[in-house]
Amino acid sequence: MKNRLKVLRAERDWTQAQLAAELDVSRQTINAIEKGKFDPSLPLAFRAARLFGLSIEEIFQDDVAA
Amino acid sequence: MSKKTSDWQTNSVKNTVRLGFWTLGWVATMAVANFGPRFLWDHNESFTILAILVNMAIGGGMILANKRHLRGLDELHQKIQLEAMAISLGVGLVVGLSYSNLDVTNIISADAEISHVVILMGLTYLASVIVGNRKYR
Repeated sequence: MKNRLKVLRAERDWTQAQLAAELDVSRQTINAIEKGKFDPSLPLAFRAARLFGLSIEEIFQDDVAA
Repeated sequence: MSKKTSDWQTNSVKNTVRLGFWTLGWVATMAVANFGPRFLWDHNESFTILAILVNMAIGGGMILANKRHLRGLDELHQKIQLEAMAISLGVGLVVGLSYSNLDVTNIISADAEISHVVILMGLTYLASVIVGNRKYR
């Protein structure tokens, strides 16, 4: 699954640690998601979408659909 | 963005410390139940049974503390733990039973000890957690 987390975070000048604290996960989790090594659960994807004020599809894209 | 203290981090530290205390208690009561009959109460059966029951009760607390610790982890760390536990359980079961077969069929001269399997599972779990953490780094 591809995602725009790194871009969205950079646009807001947030560190991985800051984003992790906002989403209540570890910095390692944010890093793994950004690198595409780990796919977040639906609740975490919703939390990210709410935080950025976007829809889930605007942040996460299915590899097959893309 | 204002600096926010992560609830996840605070809870995780608390749960880890709690699990550490339960584990220490379990190991200590295990030692008492094992060595007590010989060194502390001269094989008094009532004391031995009591020590084993106390050890089991503390073990129950440790299991619950471990469950709480796992539930308090974030989803990536839960995944790492799940994979590590799956590998440890599988290795323990497969190697443990093969080890038992070697003993039963007298291919090895020494008795198969359950402590060997526990050590193997512990080391497998430790290695799996390290590999898992590297994998998702």
